[in-house]
Amino acid sequence: MTTRREFLKIAGVATTTMVLPAQASNGPHLDSERFGVLADLTLCIGCRKCEWACAGANELSSYPIEYYDDTCVFEKYRRPTTTEYTVVNRFPASETSVQTDAKVQCMHCEHPACVSACIVGALQKDPMGPVTYDADKCIGCRYCMVACTFQVPAYEYLNATTPQVRKCTLCSDKTLNGSGKPACVEICPREALTFGKRSELLKIAEQRIRRNPDRYIDHVYGEKEAGGTSWMMISGTDFKELKFPEVGDESPAVVTETIQHGIFRGFSGPLMLLGLLGATMKAMKKDPSDG
Amino acid sequence: MANTRPAPLNTGVPFLTKGTWVLIILAVSGISVLIARLFFGLSFVTNLDDQYPWGIWIAIDVATGVALAAGGFTTAFLAHVIHAHRYHALVRPALLTAMFGYTFAALGVCVDLGRYYNIWHVMLPSMWQGNSVLFEVGICVMMYVTVLYIEFLPIVCERFCGRVNLPGIFAKLNKPVDNLLHFLQRIMHKFISFFILAGVVLSCAHQSSLGSLMVIAPGKVHQLWHSPVLPLLFLLSAFASGLAMATFESLVAAKAFGLKPEIHILRRLGRFIPILLIVYFGAKLIDLVNRDVLPLLLENSVQSIMFWIEITVGIVAPTILLLSEKIRQNPATLLFSVSLVVFGIIINRVNVFIIAYKPLYADKIYVPAWTEVLLTVGFMSILILLYRTYVFIFPILEMEEQGSDV
Ligand code: SF4
Ligand code: SF4
Ligand code: SF4
Repeated sequence: MTTRREFLKIAGVATTTMVLPAQASNGPHLDSERFGVLADLTLCIGCRKCEWACAGANELSSYPIEYYDDTCVFEKYRRPTTTEYTVVNRFPASETSVQTDAKVQCMHCEHPACVSACIVGALQKDPMGPVTYDADKCIGCRYCMVACTFQVPAYEYLNATTPQVRKCTLCSDKTLNGSGKPACVEICPREALTFGKRSELLKIAEQRIRRNPDRYIDHVYGEKEAGGTSWMMISGTDFKELKFPEVGDESPAVVTETIQHGIFRGFSGPLMLLGLLGATMKAMKKDPSDG
Repeated sequence: MANTRPAPLNTGVPFLTKGTWVLIILAVSGISVLIARLFFGLSFVTNLDDQYPWGIWIAIDVATGVALAAGGFTTAFLAHVIHAHRYHALVRPALLTAMFGYTFAALGVCVDLGRYYNIWHVMLPSMWQGNSVLFEVGICVMMYVTVLYIEFLPIVCERFCGRVNLPGIFAKLNKPVDNLLHFLQRIMHKFISFFILAGVVLSCAHQSSLGSLMVIAPGKVHQLWHSPVLPLLFLLSAFASGLAMATFESLVAAKAFGLKPEIHILRRLGRFIPILLIVYFGAKLIDLVNRDVLPLLLENSVQSIMFWIEITVGIVAPTILLLSEKIRQNPATLLFSVSLVVFGIIINRVNVFIIAYKPLYADKIYVPAWTEVLLTVGFMSILILLYRTYVFIFPILEMEEQGSDV
């Protein structure tokens, strides 16, 4: 199965780049000490305190904290917006699952499609984990939104002059200089969110699943998804039912970067074509048969 | 063969006709949408949202516009690279449409950009992002627009060398401007081959990269279109599109300006179109088989219907038609056949960028706002108006020899 897919992909890329050797891309440089967050959805009670704390930490417009007790919002599935970098959704119990609350935010992919897509490098993957955004570089093409594997970034369409791409920052202003944890992690009354070294978090996740196989399904979402992510989730309900997309283990950026590098590495492709055409132009010049 | 050479339009057709006025009105409405966008933002004039970040401005103005402007590099290749001189008559009209087509594709991008004033960041080496397909498209298109304007320079020189006649106080500048044109004419002669070659290479590069754009979103693009060979398919279809558009423009211009259709050239050029279409179709078919998605063709969905239209009306029908010598010889049937090709290209690009795009959490589908449509139509009108203006001023179209011209 994999070999066939692998073969087709390589065949595809090879056709595209014609005769040039394709060089696969390894993605951005990552630090082995990089951090992340593990969300244990079995502990989450849907109190939405993280939504409130996130708005505060990112200076987004928000409501008084009592407002977040309102469970009416759970009637509709919600996605992050320009003023809510994270939202909690409630999935009622069904024959196959228990009631589950699941927080959504940017996954901070290890090999992010948005970063690979960004035309000017306004989005960057920090070696320590966060995917950061520099509004001053951004030209507002929104290709990152087309590319995002998890459909996360939101755009300020209402802003006529200085719109920004908005998404969870992984509280990089605190987490990158080691001065604190993400606001959502800090406030969580149930300790459903754990901030720490990604490799440690993976161990914790596996431990919890192993110790309590009845409570959890055997899947750490984000361990491998799209090449791995900084945010990871464990749950008692299948992730598909929680509307987490099934995305495969490889970052989609690998394919496009392979195509790009195959054609344009050192401009070898275009230069070869230029030479070929130049030679044709010269060779056919003397041909008198036409006129 | 009649004795013809490129000259400013001299058939006595008036510049302003009823049709021209309609175009002017559409152009003005398009520009008012542009102004509204500048003052009130994208949400005011578009139906774009977080699920659908790209709409028809990208799908039609940019992706389709660029594919339809492929006549520029395909005719340049025929006439200048392999020296098939008989196609010379098509080069200038195609160059002109390519020049304006690309200019408006670039303008279309700028209108769509949230921070259009940062567009120059793409040219800053410190911000170059080699992994980004969009960067590749952007930089190639910018270079190619420049090349197109350079390729147009000799036509300006030809028209105005020794004939510079500026009004009023600018009359003093007549001499220096004339000298500059003469100088340009001399040096351009030496470099023009390089620019023509560069134009062909840049075109191949960005025509294919436009196809790579959606490859990065496998989960969101319908499997009938999403494929790692999309860039190859875009390039192959651009070849066919280029020749079809060159034919289309030539026939329509002949009609509009009261010229004799250049059927003796066009029917020969028409032979290549079915060959290119067959290659394109073959590649598309092999790709579908390879990816095991043929069953999707029988799915009952908007996507599969659109795919069928794209294939049957846009590829199979014109291929069959254009294989017949009789159809190629008659301007009316030839025009009909190449129109199908053009239609097929438009549908294909719209399919890839809009119809195939299924965002993960959409609760409604994207339908363009009337203002989005108006801007697109307005830009097209400006393009046609500029074309019209230029053929009146510059030696673009082939005219019967007349002693001396205007
Ligand atoms: S979830 Fe989307 S926005 Fe966040 S890092 Fe991944 S690709 Fe980028
Ligand atoms: S919208 Fe901004 S951040 Fe997103 S890809 Fe474009 S330039 Fe990069
Ligand atoms: S990490 Fe920070 S920005 Fe992201 S959801 Fe938590 S509080 Fe919000």
